[in-house]
This record gives sequence, structure tokens and C-alpha cells, in this order.
Amino acid sequence: MVPEIPLGRWVADLVDFLRDNLAFLFDAITWTISGLVSGLQWAFNFPPSLVTIALFILLAFWLRGAPFALYTLLAFLLIDSVGMWQATMDTLALVLIATLFAVAIGVPVGILAARNALVHAIVRPILDFMQTLPVFIYLLPAIMFFGIGTVPGAVATLVFAMPPAVRLTNLGIRQVDAEVVEAAHAFGATPNQILFRVQFPLALPTIMAGINQVIMLALSMVVIAGMAGAGGLGSQVVRSVSTVNIGLGAESGISVVILAIFLDRVSEALSTRGQPPA
Amino acid sequence: MSKIRVDGVYKIFGDDPDTALKMLKEGASKAEIQEKTGQVVGVNNASFNVEEGEIFVIMGLSGSGKSTVVRLLNRLIEPTYGTVEIDGEDITKMNPEQLRALRSRKMSMVFQRFALFPHRTVVENASYGLEVHRVPEAERIERGSESLKRVGLEGWDNNYPGELSGGMQQRVGLARALAVDSDIMLMDEAFSALDPLIRREMQDQLLGLQSELKKTIVFITHDLNEAMKLGDHIAVMRDGAIVQIGTAEDILTNPADDYVASFIEDVDRTRVIIASSVMRNPRETVGAADGPTVALRKMKDAQLSECLVLDRDRKVVGVVRDDDLARLSRERAESIESVINTDVPRSAPDAPIADLYAAAAETTIPIVIENEDGRMLGIVPRVSLLAALSGEDGTNGS
Ligand SMILES: Nc1ncnc2c1ncn2[C@@H]1O[C@H](COP(=O)(O)OP(=O)(O)O)[C@@H](O)[C@H]1O
Ligand SMILES: [Mg+2]
Repeated sequence: MVPEIPLGRWVADLVDFLRDNLAFLFDAITWTISGLVSGLQWAFNFPPSLVTIALFILLAFWLRGAPFALYTLLAFLLIDSVGMWQATMDTLALVLIATLFAVAIGVPVGILAARNALVHAIVRPILDFMQTLPVFIYLLPAIMFFGIGTVPGAVATLVFAMPPAVRLTNLGIRQVDAEVVEAAHAFGATPNQILFRVQFPLALPTIMAGINQVIMLALSMVVIAGMAGAGGLGSQVVRSVSTVNIGLGAESGISVVILAIFLDRVSEALSTRGQPPA
Repeated sequence: MSKIRVDGVYKIFGDDPDTALKMLKEGASKAEIQEKTGQVVGVNNASFNVEEGEIFVIMGLSGSGKSTVVRLLNRLIEPTYGTVEIDGEDITKMNPEQLRALRSRKMSMVFQRFALFPHRTVVENASYGLEVHRVPEAERIERGSESLKRVGLEGWDNNYPGELSGGMQQRVGLARALAVDSDIMLMDEAFSALDPLIRREMQDQLLGLQSELKKTIVFITHDLNEAMKLGDHIAVMRDGAIVQIGTAEDILTNPADDYVASFIEDVDRTRVIIASSVMRNPRETVGAADGPTVALRKMKDAQLSECLVLDRDRKVVGVVRDDDLARLSRERAESIESVINTDVPRSAPDAPIADLYAAAAETTIPIVIENEDGRMLGIVPRVSLLAALSGEDGTNGS
């Protein structure tokens, strides 16, 4: 007989324990995230949609030129005309805040992992675990800690989207030509000078590719976060599925795709900016 | 005091150096140790001194431990045993802070694959060492720019390394090392990645800079010709051990073992062997004051048809031929002065024999080797030049 291991109960007990003893922490997180998300949502939704679209077009033109500016114009007009403007802006705000936190946590962890074999050995299996865990499972603890609404959606999203930030930061720093790092050592540079003035700038293209992936993962997760009551396009998608409303499904689905393409191209253009000629 | 003193230094890569050391001392080879223990012997009991202002070349085949040795000098690689002294200070005992100060003030380094910072402009690269010192920006850009000028890269300040050719990139590497104005420069196969022509140019440039700057340079190469051209002293490495240290001349004329001998097989000997090592004494000379009959007798005894004429100070006046002397003798002339041919090829004792070939081609008269005040030290007949080329000569100093 194989003894039965009450793994499920242990995890549930752990969650209870954390919720009881770290309540102040969860409150702080809730305040911060909900404040930031609703602030940004307000900023996107407050001006008339045509003004916001015009700003997006300027950004698109500056980063990639006329064709992309034209795409931006048509794509966001379409979103507006099918009535998905506010949901899209809510989702955009949620994605950006989740990305901000994922990067703010993921990049330093990636740097530590690149510089320290022990941290690397600990972080790697955790990342593997995070990436293979079914996405819905992220929602459960988030809901248990943070209830229903924007915050659990954002937390689940940022945790789910973080691994590429860690992985590609770690990879980017390890990939920096060892001889170049050696040269910095040979001239007497301190570890911090080497990290911030040599390794980090040289790893930046790889790190930016990681951030691009974070944004894409965050967007895909945000839809699932709609189930946790996070609002935005996610809840439109969830509603269309639960009411078998094919029209609403099409409108919200297309809006997600349009936003994904826009974010992908923008972050890609940002990451190739300021590269020295090879 | 030597600028750099390396004493009994070992570098063993692996987690069990003591076992490897014990086996080394019992005479085990690098290959045996690697096979039995997995430890890699990088450097095996190296000891050498580098004097201030010289170019000390470390030469050896790939994998012989050259890069490891040069990195022990600034502790980019930690020595496993032994001491390394710079200006009399044991650097193996330095803490990280002291070590950084040493690296940034006293030493600079040039790398085989240039190791420039691709995200910085050329002048930002050249002034990197000054940035580490926290020299104010305006000053460091100015000094970096000066350093670039010195290596012939004026006007490239604001380009990126990726826009430059290999030779130019290594000039940036050289400028970066020169900008910090350190006493010691470490150059690990600095020119090995360059085309032969560019490479020769860089060697000449380095020698030019060195004659002005008089730095202490440790130069790594696997190329004997480069070693011979640059090195005041040369250390030859094999399997982590230094098998011979000497001048180019020493190594060429007295190779310590077959390994060194096989190394020097393909060197251009004419650039390395100097006149004094192939010269010999003339079989006979005549004095400027000798009469024709005496001179002729001396030459007949020595079986010479041509002979050098020396004055009282052993300075060469010229040459005389036996048929001219015979004529003077018949005419009962008193002096040989009228038949002395003063057009004699002359050379300094330290001239490479390559320089003697042109002279030897034009005349049958042996080349006279004389010191600065014109006294004859010896002669180099044409046959000696040909023999020196083949290596079958008396060049080992006898
Ligand atoms: N980090 C290292 N770990 C293990 N072995 C090394 C390491 N670095 C160098 N070696 C070994 O040490 C020996 C000397 O290497 P190196 O100094 O690079 O030689 P060279 O510069 O003469 O080609 C080689 O056998 C090499 O494989
Ligand atoms: Mg090497």
C-alpha cells in the first residue's frame, strides 16, 4: 500500500496560515496594485478615445513609421466602433502594471541568478515549475489571498508572466563575451561597475526580448484573469463564452488580437532602439 | 629590483591540486595527471623575472599555458602555489581592493580578440581605464583621444568598434591600454588575430611606441618570428613549464631541447642572427706601414690573394691585391699606399645578417665588422653568410 499524502490539505493549510499571518502584506499589495491599475485605467479612459488614439498613432509613427501608424489608426478605430474601447483600455492598463511588476521583480532575480550559481540552482526549477503549471491554477491562490477583482487578476498575471524576464536576463548576462568582462576586470573595475556599465548594457537586447515575451504572456493571462473578475476584455470573453454569444466573442477576441499585435510591435521597436552598429 | 618576479608558480585547474602537485613533483606528466586525477596543469613551476623597460615574450604552442601565466600576473587567474611580485610586492596576498588598485594603476592589458566594449564609442573604449578611476569626463575623453592619436586613429573617436577593421580595433585595444599610463602592459597574443601585413605593421608600431615609452611589456605569442622581433628576453613554454629563457640569439643558437629546436626550425634566421655571431678573425692582415715585399710574403704564407690593411689602431684602411703588390715590389716602391682600395663593406657587430647580404652580393671582399670607433672586430666572408642560413655554422659562439 502506498501511503496517502495529503498534499492538497497541506497547501490549503499553508494558504490559510499565510492569509492569517501576513494579512498586512496582502493589504499593502492590494492597495498598491489596485491604486496603480485604476489610476492608469482612468488615464487611458478619461480623454476622448480619439485623443488617446492620436497619441498611440504618434508613438507608432515615432517607433516604426507610417505603415504601423496606419495600422494603429485603423485597428483602434475598429475597437472603438465595436464598443470595446473601455474594456481594451482597462486590459491595457492591467497588462502594463502586471508587466511593470514582473520586470521589476524578474530582472533583478535574473541578474542574481547570472552572478550566483546557488541562486541559479534554486531559481531554475521554480521557473520550470511556474511555466508548466496549468494557468488556471494561478488563479486559485490569487483569489484566496486577494479575493475577487482586479488585484488577484493582476497578481496571477504578473506571476505567470514573470519567467521570461528572469530567464532572458540571466541568459543575456551570461552570454556577454567573457573576454569583454575579463577586460573590465583587467582594468580594475569593481563588480558593480562591471554589472551596470558592461554586462547590463550588453545584455539589454536579450532582456528586452524577455520583456516583450512578458507583455505577450501578460496579455494572454489577462483574458483568463477575467474569470477572477479582473474586468476588461477578459470579462467580455468570459461573458461571451458563458452566454454562448458569438457576436460578443468575435468583438472581444478581435480586440485582444489587435492589442497583442500593437504591444508586440511597440515593445520590439523599443528593444532594437539605441543598439550600436555591429 | 626586477619589475615582475614570478617564483615557483603553479596553476592547477581542478578541486584537488595537492594530489596533482605531488604527482608533478614525482615526475608525472601533464597528460598522466589529467588522465588519472582529472586535474589540469595550467602552469607548472614557473619562475622568471621581467626587468623594467623590457619586452618579455612568452612563447609556446597552443595549450602550453601562456594565457594562464600572463593572467597570473594580474590575478585574473589565481595562482595555486607560488608568489608573484610586482615592484617587490607580493600580489598573491592582496585583498580585492588592493588588487583593483594594482590593476587599474600599474597594469593594463591587450587581448587576442580585442575585447572592446561594443556599446561604447571608440574614444569611450580608449578612456575606459580612466572611467574606472573616476577621472572627470572631459579630461578622460581628452586623454583617450590623445591615446588614439598616438596609435594612428585620429578622427575615429565617435565611431563604434563594430565599424572598424580588425587591425584598427586592436589599435583601440592598444590605445585603451596606453591611456591609463601604467608601467606594465600585458599583451596576450595581441596580434595573432590579424593578417600578416597588418600584424607586421602593429609590431613595428609597438616597437616605435616602446622606444619612446619604455614600458615593461609581457608579450604572449605562438609565433617565433614575432617573439624574435619583439623580445628582449624570450621564455619558451611547454605543457605549462618554462623550458628555456634567454635572448632570441641564445634560443636560436643554443636551443635547450628538441622541443625548442623544433620550434625554431622555421624562423627567418637572417633577421635574428647578428653579425658578431658569424664573424671570425681574418687569417692574415697587413700593416699600413708594411712595405710591398713584406706584405706580399705574409699573403703568400697565408695563401691569400686579397688582404685587409690595418693601421696601428686596428682600424681597417682598405684591401690590397697580391698582383698589385708584386708590381710595386718589382718597382722597388717603399709604400703600399698607392694600391690600397678603401672601398670596403663595413657593418656593426649587432646588425642582423640579413643586412649583410646586399653588401656581400656586390663584392668578393669580406665584410668588416667594426665597433663604433672603427676598430676591426672581425670579418664575415661570404661563405659564412651562406652557412648561417642553413644553420650548419659555428653560430654557437665558439
Ligand atoms: N578555466 C580552465 N579550466 C580548466 N583548464 C583550463 C582552464 N583554462 C585553461 N585551462 C587549460 O590549461 C592549459 C593552458 O591553457 P592556456 O593558458 O590557455 O594555453 P595557451 O594560452 O598557451 O594556449 C590548457 O591545457 C587548457 O586546457
Ligand atoms: Mg592563449
